[in-house]
Amino acid sequence: MKKKKPVANPRPGFVLEVDRQTPSILFHHGEGFRLEKLPVGRSRVVYPGEPLRGLPDPDGAIRNALLNPIDDDPLPSLLKPGMKLTIAFDDISLPLPPMQRPDVRQRIIEAVLDMAAEAGVDDVHLIAALCLHRRMTDAELRHAVGDRVFEAFHPHGLLYNHDAEDPDGMVILGQTEKGETVQMSRRAAESDLVVYVNINLVSMDGGWKSTATGLAGYEGVKAHHNVHTLRHSRSFMDQDSSELHRSNWRQGEVIKAHGPRIFQIESTLNTNTFGHDGPMAVLQKREWEWSMADRAAFTAMQAGLERMPSGARRKVFHSWKAPYDMTSIQAGEVEAVHKRTTEMVYAQHLVPVQGQTDVLTMGLPYLTPYNVNSIMNPILVMVQGLGYFFNLYRGKPLVREGGVLIMSHPTPWEFHPVHHPSYIDFFEQVLADTTDPVEIEKRYEKQFAEDEWYRHLYRTSHAYHGVHPFYMWYWGSHAMAYLGQVIVVGGDERAVSRLGFKPASTLADALEMATDTVGPKPTITHYHNPPILMADVTG
Amino acid sequence: MMGWLKFITQPPATPKGLTKLEKTPKTGVHYDTAWAHRPAAKLIRRFGVWSFFKPAIAFYGNPRVVGTDRISNINGPVIFAANHHSHADTSLLLATLPSRLRENLAIAAGADYFFPNRFAGALSALFIGAIPIERTKISKLSLRNSQKALEDGRSLLIFPEGGRSPDGWSSEHKPGAAYLAKRCGVPVIPIYLDGTGSILPKGKNWPKRARCAVVFGHAMMIGDDENPRDFAKKVEKQVAELADEFGSGWWQARRNAYRNATPEPTGPEAGAWRRRWALGPKPGQRRSSSTDKRRWPEL
Repeated sequence: MKKKKPVANPRPGFVLEVDRQTPSILFHHGEGFRLEKLPVGRSRVVYPGEPLRGLPDPDGAIRNALLNPIDDDPLPSLLKPGMKLTIAFDDISLPLPPMQRPDVRQRIIEAVLDMAAEAGVDDVHLIAALCLHRRMTDAELRHAVGDRVFEAFHPHGLLYNHDAEDPDGMVILGQTEKGETVQMSRRAAESDLVVYVNINLVSMDGGWKSTATGLAGYEGVKAHHNVHTLRHSRSFMDQDSSELHRSNWRQGEVIKAHGPRIFQIESTLNTNTFGHDGPMAVLQKREWEWSMADRAAFTAMQAGLERMPSGARRKVFHSWKAPYDMTSIQAGEVEAVHKRTTEMVYAQHLVPVQGQTDVLTMGLPYLTPYNVNSIMNPILVMVQGLGYFFNLYRGKPLVREGGVLIMSHPTPWEFHPVHHPSYIDFFEQVLADTTDPVEIEKRYEKQFAEDEWYRHLYRTSHAYHGVHPFYMWYWGSHAMAYLGQVIVVGGDERAVSRLGFKPASTLADALEMATDTVGPKPTITHYHNPPILMADVTG
Repeated sequence: MMGWLKFITQPPATPKGLTKLEKTPKTGVHYDTAWAHRPAAKLIRRFGVWSFFKPAIAFYGNPRVVGTDRISNINGPVIFAANHHSHADTSLLLATLPSRLRENLAIAAGADYFFPNRFAGALSALFIGAIPIERTKISKLSLRNSQKALEDGRSLLIFPEGGRSPDGWSSEHKPGAAYLAKRCGVPVIPIYLDGTGSILPKGKNWPKRARCAVVFGHAMMIGDDENPRDFAKKVEKQVAELADEFGSGWWQARRNAYRNATPEPTGPEAGAWRRRWALGPKPGQRRSSSTDKRRWPEL
């Protein structure tokens, strides 16, 4: 069958006012879906824009970006025989879902290495810049960098995961004017050149965050991964209003002064998450445009998923590889590059929305940055809703202060024992005691961050660092302080209650419950994501 | 009854004093393969690929396919230019090319070998999508056949060496593929095939099992002012680099390429036995193994 091409002129995102004609609206619901009718006359749905067209010649565009960088010298002129070159790249948390082969990282890294080979550079290391995330498996590394690079470097120990707890492998570069410590992988810090390869899925990705966070450890990231910084990042997707962004930029200044030379490469993807054809394509269409075949496919998919055991269902979803296209690539000086990248991300994601709402609804999908090939545990449900989706705004949040957030997700009391061991203890011990981020930070963070067993699992297994669930909780702290109530539809009651939220079995029940907080007949806005969108809220 | 049969089967003699009307030949390079690219024939060819070529190659060659990501954006028409060791090369490519490219593929096949008569020509055209090409001389008909395939939106597989390798080493590329690429404005995709010479070497009629591989390279476009002969050299160099990539890894191959240290695919200029010796044992195979004796040239 011939592959369907993307639409010639992608339509921008828009806001639909719900009326009697409006069909049931799709809500993602973990490894499943719900179709929900929204109240007529006071509801609206924010739809993402259609995927932008990809670059016709991505390899040519990459080469062009490396030869004509922004505010920097062409890459070949920075490469010399005998130099130490480190190529760092984003880890498994990007893009979401993982993309079909060839991954953008592979294309870029091959182009960089080709130039390094031409220049006669022998000392090359490739590092998955995962900070305190879990180590990538060999198969995941292979997928990211491709067979050729993997087979050339991995067997020789030259392609590896960053280890933020290696006592000899980390260095402190200095402190910012505000006393924030800047830490970096020793190999990167001692390199003549660090080439950082980014996939900028959302506007928060990239810039100085890549090196200042990706190649750092606990000492470096605790400067901004804390309740104070994250509560003052409104939102952390909006760089001008993000304290997280400002902190990373201050750390960037120290790297500029005392660290290695950085050559930044940033790429943007379109939102072709589910493809223009195939079994998942229906998820990318607007409901009233579903054809008979789409409706039949959706019904069959729902019926099949309901009958599947949860393990098989998870496997099916996690095997999906998105057919993303690269929409732009820029290289050179970090800040100049990131400015251009952000414009490209906004061009794909921003949807203008007029005014806030009383109740914000969202269907949470099966995936967050922290459960690729893993289980989306209750803490990750929280971070997906309150951390990521809530913060995908510019200007002001979609929901008014004191409003209600309704999320749809099964929220099972289930954890991946290899990937998320500290999450289990966080959920069982810490959240049983308190859900207040400030209290949690004060009383428990240090103990988990310095726990030798978690440290061991992070370094030798595939576990997230002991402190990681804390950061997840802080990630949602701005929303927790801002919202009047959070309700989870269709979730495990015990798990939802442990998170400090209210469980509801249907959307109608949840809307009824919401009136206790926001009064009768509230205005409702549904956030139709994924594919990703970012609300540009005015008025 | 017999008279009727005789009437049908025996042509009348040409009257004396008149020259016999010359027949348009229908074999060799004159064979018309248009019918073999109609939907029904394509369906049969698809059936042949799935029922014969794929299982046969899986059984005899257990192929390793490398570099499909490099052609993931390619939809055709393109020219595939591969080294040529064996008749198994065509089967290997039919079995391993992505279906979107295989469905619209024509294979430039030696007119003298694949189209000696109409029956053989029909089989070649039907089952491998062959189009006849003169191997020994430059002919307008060959060019026309190839150009028409590309203009019709089909991709073309060419073995630019002009024939199978007699000794395991590659021969110099002829400029035909490059000339066509220039004339039709299509890219050339270099391909390196490994191990097929052990499955069905030249001179053998029955295959034996041996591991094979196919390595796809990046698409190459000929420049507006570029001479096809120079471009043919570039394609040949790319195939050599792919061979090096397969043997010594991608990173080492890239470094070799920039140091002009890519091993020559044509082998040393030496006597037959030394050329054979220089091919060396296959990875994991010892020179002193009993099978190695059979790898000496038959002089």
